[in-house]
Order: sequence, then C-alpha cells, then structure tokens
Amino acid sequence: MIEQISFYVFAGLLIFAASMVITMRNPVHSALFLVMAFFNAAALWLLLEAEFLAITLVLVYVGAVMVLFLFVIMMLDIDVARLRDGFARYLPIAAVVAVIMAIEMILVVGPEHFGLAQFAEPARHASDYSNTKELGNLLYTVYLYPFEIAAAILLVAIVAAIALTMRRRDGTRHQKIEEQIAVKAPDRVRVVKMASESNEAGE
Amino acid sequence: MLRSLSCNGVVMTNSFTIPDFVLASPEIFLLSMACLVLVADLFISEKNRVLTYVLAQLSLLGTLILTIYVAPAEATYTFSGTYVSDPMGTLLKTAIYFITASVFLYSRSYLMDRDIFKGEYYVLGLFGVLGMMIMVSAHNFLTIYLGLELLSLSLYAMVAFHKESMQASEAAMKYFILGAIASGMLLYGMSMFYGATGTLDLGELATAIQGKESNDIVLIFGLVFVIVGLAFKLGAVPFHMWVPDVYHGAPTSVTMFISSAPKIAGFALFMRLLAEGMADMHAGWQDMLVILSVLSLAVGNIIALAQTNLKRMLAYSTISHVGFILLGILAGTTDGYSASMFYIITYAATAMAAFALIIILSKRGSEADELDNLKGLSKRSPWIAFMMLLLMFSMTGVPPTVGFYAKLLVLQAIVNIDMVWLAIVAVGFSVIGAFYYLRVIKMMFFDEADSVEPLEVSAEMNVMFSANSLAVLFVGLFPGALMAVCIAALA
Repeated sequence: MIEQISFYVFAGLLIFAASMVITMRNPVHSALFLVMAFFNAAALWLLLEAEFLAITLVLVYVGAVMVLFLFVIMMLDIDVARLRDGFARYLPIAAVVAVIMAIEMILVVGPEHFGLAQFAEPARHASDYSNTKELGNLLYTVYLYPFEIAAAILLVAIVAAIALTMRRRDGTRHQKIEEQIAVKAPDRVRVVKMASESNEAGE
Repeated sequence: MLRSLSCNGVVMTNSFTIPDFVLASPEIFLLSMACLVLVADLFISEKNRVLTYVLAQLSLLGTLILTIYVAPAEATYTFSGTYVSDPMGTLLKTAIYFITASVFLYSRSYLMDRDIFKGEYYVLGLFGVLGMMIMVSAHNFLTIYLGLELLSLSLYAMVAFHKESMQASEAAMKYFILGAIASGMLLYGMSMFYGATGTLDLGELATAIQGKESNDIVLIFGLVFVIVGLAFKLGAVPFHMWVPDVYHGAPTSVTMFISSAPKIAGFALFMRLLAEGMADMHAGWQDMLVILSVLSLAVGNIIALAQTNLKRMLAYSTISHVGFILLGILAGTTDGYSASMFYIITYAATAMAAFALIIILSKRGSEADELDNLKGLSKRSPWIAFMMLLLMFSMTGVPPTVGFYAKLLVLQAIVNIDMVWLAIVAVGFSVIGAFYYLRVIKMMFFDEADSVEPLEVSAEMNVMFSANSLAVLFVGLFPGALMAVCIAALA
C-alpha cells in the first residue's frame, strides 16, 4: 500500500516537473525543474529495487550534468522570447493532436494488456541483494557487445562535436606545444655584440 | 538466458559462455582502425593529409579480408545471441565495404577543392561503416538500435561537415531532428514487443510470436511503430520529407554516401526485424509495406518530374526505388528477399555513380547540381555523357542494364504471390518515372550547351566513374553470378 502511494506521488511529481520544464519562462527555472524530474525518476527506480541506477542518476545527472547545464545557461545570453515565439500559437492544435493520439493509444493498448494478469509479479529480493553487482555481472558478460557499441557511440559523439565546433579563427591565440617545447635559450634571448657607446662617442 | 533485470530477479550468470571474438573480428578490427586513423591524423601534417585517406582505405580493405576469412558457412551466433554472422551478413557487409571505398575515392578531390579534406571525414565514415556492420549482424533489439544510432550520428556530423555552408547546417539540423524522432518511434515499437514477449532477442522473439495469436493487438501496435521507424530511415513515403532537403543540402560527397551504403544496412534491418524476428506476423507487415511501397512509387516518380535540381531529382528517384525494394520484401518469399537484395546492391552502385557525375561536373567553388548543368554534356565529353546514359538507362530499367534485371526479379516475386495488381502499379509508375531519366539523356545529347569548353576530368575519377558505369552494364548483361550469390546468401 505504502509502495503504491509513493509510486503515485513520485510519478505525479515527475509529470508535473517535466511539464514545468517546457513551460517555464525562465530557463534557469526550467533547469531546476529538470533536476526535480530526475530526482523523482530516481525515486521510481528505487521502488523498482534498482538502487544503483537511482543513485547514478542523482550523482551523474543531478550532480554533474545539470550543474554544467546551469553554468551554460547563465553564460549564454539566450533570447527566450524568440525561442518561445509561436509556442502559444501552436499550443492549442498541438495539445488537441497529442490528446487525441494519447486517447487512441490507450484505447488500443490499454492497461489490460500489461497488467498482473499478463505478467507474474516480480520476485522480491532479500535485503542483502546487490543490484550493483547483478548489473555489473550482466553488463560485462551477456550485454558486453551492446555495452562496447555504446562506448563507440559516445566516441563518435565527441569526435563529431569537436569536428563541428572547433575552428581556427584568425586572431585567436592558441598554444603550439611542439614549438614551445623545442624552444632553446638562443631563441628567446638574442645576444647582440656591439661596440660600446662610449667608444663611439670618443671617436 | 536472462530475460529482464526487474522481471526475473534471479540472475543466472552461470549461463554465460565466453563469446567467440573471432566471429566479430571484422567489427573489432574496424573499430581499432577507426581509432588509429583518428589518432594518426593528428600527427599527419596538412600536406600529407592523403595518408589519412590511404589509411582509411586500407582499414576497409583489411576489414573486407577479415570478413571473408572468418565468414561461417551458416548462421552462427555469439555474444549471448546479440551477434549473428551468416552468409547474408557477409554479402551485405562486402557490398557496404565496396560502396564506401568507392565513395571515399570519389569524394577526395571534391573535399580537397572545398578545403574540407579533413581526417574526421574519414573517421566518421569508418564509424558509419561500423554502425552498418553492427546493424547487418544484429540479432537483438539492442544491437539493432545501437548500430543504427552509431550510423546516424556519424551521418548527421558528416552532413554538417562543411561548416561554411548554411545549407548544409540546415540539412543536418533537419536530418538530426527527424532522425531522432524516427529512432524514438523505433524504440517505442521495440518496447511494445518487449512488453508483449519479454525478450529482446530476435530468435526468441520469433518463437514467442509463434505462441501468440496472429492478431495480438500489442504486437500489431508495436509493429506499426517499428515499421514507421524503419521507413523513416529508408526514406519511404510518407516518411520521406527529409530525403530531398538532406540530399540537396549536404555536400555532394556525403549525399553520395547517404544514398548508397546506409540503404543496404536499412535493407538488412528489414530482413532481421521483419523476415527473421517477425516472420509469423507476415500478414500484418505485408499490408503496411504495400501501402508504403505504392505511395513511394507514386510520390517519388511524380514529384521527381517537377525537379530542376539534379540532387533533388535523384532524391525523389531514391524514394521511388525504395518502393521497389519494399515490394520484394513484402513478398515474404526467398525469391522476393533475394530480388530485393540484388536490387538494393545494384541500386546503391548506380546511385553512387550518378552523384559522382555531379562531383565530376563541379568546379572549385561551384556546385553543378542543377539539371541545366548537364546541357550539351555530350559535346563537352562524349565518353562521360555516354556513361551517364548507361546509369540513367539502368535507373529507368532499360535492358540490357542491371536496373532492368533488378526490376524484373522484384516484379516476378510479386507476381508469384498473386499480387499482379501491385506489379502493374509498379510498372505504371516506372513508365512515368522514365520521363525524367530520359529528359536527363535528352539534355545531355540534344540540348545546346552554355559553354562548349571540354570537360576536364582527372584520370582517377575518369577510370572510377567509367568502371562503375560499365559495371552497371556488365552486371545487367551477366546478372547470373551476383544473383546466384544473393540466392545462396538467403538459402
């Protein structure tokens, strides 16, 4: 019973936070609501006995990604009014289409297809059950291949991001490591031999 | 084997067997080589950039040799059933290597002329090939999706590669957003299958579907989304909107890549998901594919008539050819599958050559992608014009080029399952389509050129383009060998 109540509370908060993310006027508020959405999603995972995923979500997304995100939002001068141009105009029609689609989908594949009648209730685990260990076991054995592909995808994402954004503009200052290392004392200081001034004056 | 973490609870790690890494050695090799090219490129100076290109070509060659060397005679599964190596995979992968190597070869001068001859282009290309290989060898929803994403991410970046071109950035943005939506659709469909059967493995999925009623609503619902996702990626009507814009906006060398090799991988997805995983839902997906293919044939051929831009015209022509490929798949027979496979491989080679002509005509700083640029080509270079004539004949389906034979095989497969009306529709739209292919030929041979200066073609491009076009003719004259390979791959 308490589990059901907490599920509905967390799920409700999750949906509320998610809709606030896209409707808030201030991007900082949106980002903070996104933090809240992540947090509630983590709570749902805890209810599913997936402690590792829940904690990772909080640590990685809330702790690291969202903080970076807030930094970026504050650094960039985003013209929200322009971004939201047309939002109100398209909202009614979009809402009608979305609601109709949602209703149609629920009518076709309603909850009766996925209820406890169709699937056995998942087994409860003892308190010493380690979700982290099971996950690690699976990732590095059965799901090794998909896991490695995911790594390759991340690599491509990095390569693509750098290839598309890095450009050498004229006038920007950047280091030339190889030249800096190869530099020798004579390159920095030029000792000029010249006759002393006084001599010259004495002539 | 383990089905799901939260459902089964008790994890049976003892069922795990050490995977056979040798089977996947082509993928492992290509991944290592792509990383090597990425790092080596940093140490190659601007002058010697051609070394990166050579390395990329050598990677493809090595992968090809490995693929053929380790290819098993029959389907073999490893990595806990997420990877399959079978004759169909070997054939499609081999075709993908050849096409990609040719695209790299064609695009070198194009990239150099536009100062975008960068190592990342080849790195992304190689990762794209890796993604296609993963898709071709996938035997699990997860690997299918991940391979598709690896390919798509590489392609998005390649489209945007020419940073100075606003058109390319716009095309990349459209491609990215629509591609993401399509991936979402595909995933949603897959989640429905997982919900209904409790497995991600395609083999287990096929068994689970056998045990269900044929009109299980959740399965059909999932199927709709899976097909929408696949149709999006292949560019079938009504999910084709991105095709003309992306083809037009992308640098021609990238358009050439998108229009050829990934289509072969897309065909592999249809085969793996529909023909292997959902074979028992054939009646369900056949109807959906009929709609897709008739619409693709109609829209592709009719809208292409109105195009004045060669790249856009070829984009719509791709859409119409996708319609033909879907015809063979929807037949659901070995004949149909092998006909489609023959079609997609030969079409990829033909489309690639047609885009190569744009590269040949383009000069530094200008893009010769308007139909008007073709006017009087026969006076400027009779040989190149004649090669293009062969390509256009092949796309129309005029004997003795390969396009005729490919279309014939697909139509035969359709007639064999008693869907004669569909074959008639396909032929009808092909006749309409013949107009715009023949118009290209008329422009090349009978229209007056704006300039009569002879076309300068580098020896490398000339040899490659001629070999490619003559291959289209040669395979059309002697289709037996390739057809036999296609049939053997599916037997």
